[in-house]
Amino acid sequence: MSDLVKVTIDGITVEVEPGTTILNAARQIGGEIVPPAMCYYSKLKGSGGKCRTCIVKVSKGSEKDPRPMPKLVASCRTTVMDGMEVQNITSPEVLEARAGVVEILLINHPLDCPVCDQAGECDLQNLSYEHGLQKTRYEFERRTFDRIDIGDKIQLHMNRCILCYRCVFTADQITNKRVHGILNRGDHSEISTYIQTAVDNDFSGNVIDVCPVGALTDKTFRFKNRVWFTKPIDAHRNCTHEKCNGKVTLWYKGEDVLRVTARKDQYGEVEEFICNECRFDKKKTNDWTLEHPTHISDTSVISSNHYETFKPLPVIKENLALQEANKRELEKSIKF
Amino acid sequence: MARKLLLEHINVPGINTLEVYRQKGGYRAVEKALKTLTPDDVVEEVKKSGLRGRGGAGFPTGMKWSFLAKPEGVARYLVCNADESEPGTFKDRFLMTHIPHALIEGMIVASYALGANTSYIYVRGEMMPQIRILERAIEEARAAGFLGKNILGTGYNLELYVQPGGGAYICGEETALLESLEGKRGNPRIKPPFPAIAGLYGCPTVVNNVESIAAVVPIINDGGDEYAKIGIGRSTGTKLISASGNLVKPGVYEIELGLPVEEFIYSDEYCGGIANGKKLKATVAGGSSVPILPANLTLKYANGEPRLMSYESLSEGGFATGTMLGSGGFIAFDEDQCIVRNTWNFSRFYHHESCGQCSPCREGTGWMEKILHKIEYGHGTMEDIDLLWDVQRKIEGNTICPLGDAAAWPVASAIRHFRDEFEWHVKEPMKSQSTNYGLANYANPIEKQVEVKQDNL
Repeated sequence: MSDLVKVTIDGITVEVEPGTTILNAARQIGGEIVPPAMCYYSKLKGSGGKCRTCIVKVSKGSEKDPRPMPKLVASCRTTVMDGMEVQNITSPEVLEARAGVVEILLINHPLDCPVCDQAGECDLQNLSYEHGLQKTRYEFERRTFDRIDIGDKIQLHMNRCILCYRCVFTADQITNKRVHGILNRGDHSEISTYIQTAVDNDFSGNVIDVCPVGALTDKTFRFKNRVWFTKPIDAHRNCTHEKCNGKVTLWYKGEDVLRVTARKDQYGEVEEFICNECRFDKKKTNDWTLEHPTHISDTSVISSNHYETFKPLPVIKENLALQEANKRELEKSIKF
Repeated sequence: MARKLLLEHINVPGINTLEVYRQKGGYRAVEKALKTLTPDDVVEEVKKSGLRGRGGAGFPTGMKWSFLAKPEGVARYLVCNADESEPGTFKDRFLMTHIPHALIEGMIVASYALGANTSYIYVRGEMMPQIRILERAIEEARAAGFLGKNILGTGYNLELYVQPGGGAYICGEETALLESLEGKRGNPRIKPPFPAIAGLYGCPTVVNNVESIAAVVPIINDGGDEYAKIGIGRSTGTKLISASGNLVKPGVYEIELGLPVEEFIYSDEYCGGIANGKKLKATVAGGSSVPILPANLTLKYANGEPRLMSYESLSEGGFATGTMLGSGGFIAFDEDQCIVRNTWNFSRFYHHESCGQCSPCREGTGWMEKILHKIEYGHGTMEDIDLLWDVQRKIEGNTICPLGDAAAWPVASAIRHFRDEFEWHVKEPMKSQSTNYGLANYANPIEKQVEVKQDNL
């Protein structure tokens, strides 16, 4: 046990391997104290540090050097030290800075969620729901780009991109050749391919799964349906591709498989990358062996009406005065 | 006359050639260091000298060198940061143009001290003439046996290369510079690891400013203790100041640190006062990134004592009433200059130069520029000033590299000290398009702070 280091995040102490980042230590604790991450992806080496939504305050550097860190640090790239004390949601400073980052991420975002395929499973949507302002303070024209197809199955909506670089790392680490990247500088920077080269290899579809927003979309699923009307079911097949094990989530609407994605964990990260054949070409039920319905967190909009029955809030359940006041609503919910 | 160490022979004709440079005592430091000193002695001398990094941050150079990791069997690199692009700073270009051998001599000594066998000078892409000058100087030095294999028969090998950059401001940040040098996109790396552990090609690397490296030459020649005698307090030695703006004699001056700011602006030896008989309104003391100060706070502290040109003295009073020495880009504004316009101009620069890697800087710099543009052209509201303050606060400290801070500080300080002028732009939109706010009370002596007795509380 001696080689584990102790770190306290929002008053909860956990022992982790040395070299773990604060974010991963927080994920071991779980719950509300996990900082949100828009650009960090545990499956991709070198990712993180860019979006700044996971910033936390280190109020005590370590047991040896108890000085606090002078600035807020990106928890996804800061490794824990023994005796470190971190404040995330207990620090108003962090929450304010995070709200600032969210506001800044949104100023050039088109907020076209009503027509965006990612809506309902979008990290940015969740983040702005939690930390965003009601009204924008940005009154200038938003930056716009044209939509482009960066492969025969992938469309890029650069307007929505938050430049997390995840797709760049994916192409670097999962596929054998990267043909897209960041062009230009500053707020003109954009993801693109050189002179409209098509992204074309067996694993290119994974960039859709890693994209935290609706910038990279699956052309076979575009405008087919809203994700909360579809039913996710885990399935597998014997994929012939050497690097793909064929474990996927099928998204059903009625009898039809509308789309196929890799399985995602509770932080929205794919468990294993899948090949393009599984993703784009196998859209019949008889291609797959079905396992069970995918577990979707009950805070997700996708799970509404599907698995969890509506329950009145605990406060209402216990308070008779409130029950009286909410009688009609309660009846509705019981019927429901 | 103050002592000159770097620019002593600047007016000698032909000082850019090896021959004349050697007649004036050049390459003595190389001979002394390589023949009589061990690398650790050189580091020790630099430590003793108290030399602080001249690129802006002011980190002690000797300390930086001693932090360099020295694992067995791994190459070490010295990289000279000649990507000088801070608005208002042009000292490195001046040094490289006129005395290129001072830099090369410093590079040889510093590389020897660090045990680097390959060193790079990363020059900003726009400085093509300086790149040619440096390349010619390197050839001369190689022909004279100061570079290459077995330098001066001591068995020490050094290859020195000049690498032109692409002209991006962000590549002056040390890790972005290393990325660029490796041939990648010039995005700053996330620290740690610091370059001293894993820098260029993953090897331990030291990145130093041109002036810091050139300053090693007089330190080795005269000894670190001698160098430390110049200057004041922890600001030792001499510093090149690039003076620009509404001055009678703008240019590059070598000052002994500790010179009063007032003397620097008004004495005939240096800038010679404000041009056209105007009055000083504000100064930016260390290049565009540092907070702007009104004339009264430039010359004196808040408590009325004179302010000096040194790292500590300029930052006296923190950001409330102080600024920073930075890279020594001294910009003076006379009474006809509009601070709002100037702040907008700086902001435009940072917007253009932001690398776009982390979100607060990428989006925030553009936002600030747009708000400032709006205020400057008479469409602003009072809420815009508060919004601007809020936006800069969200950028500062939340970014990967110091560019976010550098973009936020000028805006913050302009609002802090010149809020009247911003409000005037909002209240008098038509007038602000044709006239200037003028000097107002920015040069008035500061009222002495009233000391409040704490006993009764």
